[in-house]
Amino acid sequence: MSELKQEQITEGVANELKAHATGLKDALDNGNLSDAMQYIAELGEVRDRSLYREVGRLTRSLHEALRNFEIKPENQEQKEELSKMADASDRLDYVVKLTGRSANKTMDLVEDTMPLASNLREEAEAIRSDWGRLRRREMEPSEFRELYRRIDSFLDRIGSDSDRLHSNLSEILLAQDFQDLTGQVIQRVTALVKEVEDHLVRLMVMASDVDKLAGVVHDYDDDNKKDEDKGEGPQIHASDEAQEDVVSGQDEVDDLLSSLGF
Amino acid sequence: MKILVVDDFSTMRRIVRNLLRDLGFTNIEEADDGNTALPMLRNGKFDFLVTDWNMPGMSGMELLKAIRADENLKSLPILMVTAEAKRDQIVAAAQAGVNGYVVKPFTAAVLKDKIEKIFERIE
Repeated sequence: MSELKQEQITEGVANELKAHATGLKDALDNGNLSDAMQYIAELGEVRDRSLYREVGRLTRSLHEALRNFEIKPENQEQKEELSKMADASDRLDYVVKLTGRSANKTMDLVEDTMPLASNLREEAEAIRSDWGRLRRREMEPSEFRELYRRIDSFLDRIGSDSDRLHSNLSEILLAQDFQDLTGQVIQRVTALVKEVEDHLVRLMVMASDVDKLAGVVHDYDDDNKKDEDKGEGPQIHASDEAQEDVVSGQDEVDDLLSSLGF
Repeated sequence: MKILVVDDFSTMRRIVRNLLRDLGFTNIEEADDGNTALPMLRNGKFDFLVTDWNMPGMSGMELLKAIRADENLKSLPILMVTAEAKRDQIVAAAQAGVNGYVVKPFTAAVLKDKIEKIFERIE
């Protein structure tokens, strides 16, 4: 569709240029300089107009895409959260917020769970050493009564601590529910970016056609040079063989550093 | 041993802080980029720095260079923990004077290993 449109536009531009050129020639032949200047100005306008038309269309469709950027909420809480947000960047902030909340909740639960595990282990080791003494018949009756009491309370604690471990682990599991909603948001943003890219590519083609017609040559600056100190962010396809300039893991980092004398 | 952990994401700082605590380090402070970290380092007598690379404001690489250029801080051991994984970047960090380089995602064992290596070399 876009190719067809492209041809029509180019043809339209050519026809307009032809009409104006004929007018210009007639005006010059008749010595009518003010008319000639008018035709020259209009010729310039034809060149610009087709570009502006495409810019306008791009702007409008981008605006529409942003406005229609809706995510289906799954419950009341999400609905309230989403209704406050107007555009894509807010929604991406929401992804950051959701994943952050989930990470913190998971870490809260892990921090609560780890001492349980280490306490159980310490207590089990203490009882085991006394248990060994009992089996070797090295224990006084009074000590045995103490051990008997400790084993009893340890068994109780295993029960209650295991319950807490289990409930913490289920909560950690549930804290991963962000993936569903963030996945939806990110897929939408990806589609939006793709759409904008398509429009920009079309604009590029249009602009280059206009330049070709007008014979304009540009000096391009190399704006791609990055500030290397600022970093580039995660390398997403680090394991692809094609990316030889990227390490695929800590082992390669270590090899590289040791080759530098580290 | 006083340690400064610099990362723009609080979750990452929390993960590193937890891992360091497991390794027996409890005196830990946090900063969210180089601009916050540098004054803390200048005033706080830190023994070790763990920093991310990619941060808004002042990046970890800029922080590393600023520290190496600072007469009072230049010998501070620095471990970079970052998602930046290009060979050129790792070489650049090494040349700028980093003491260790860990790529994200990383494990507790890797972090422990790198920290131990750094202190072995210093002693």
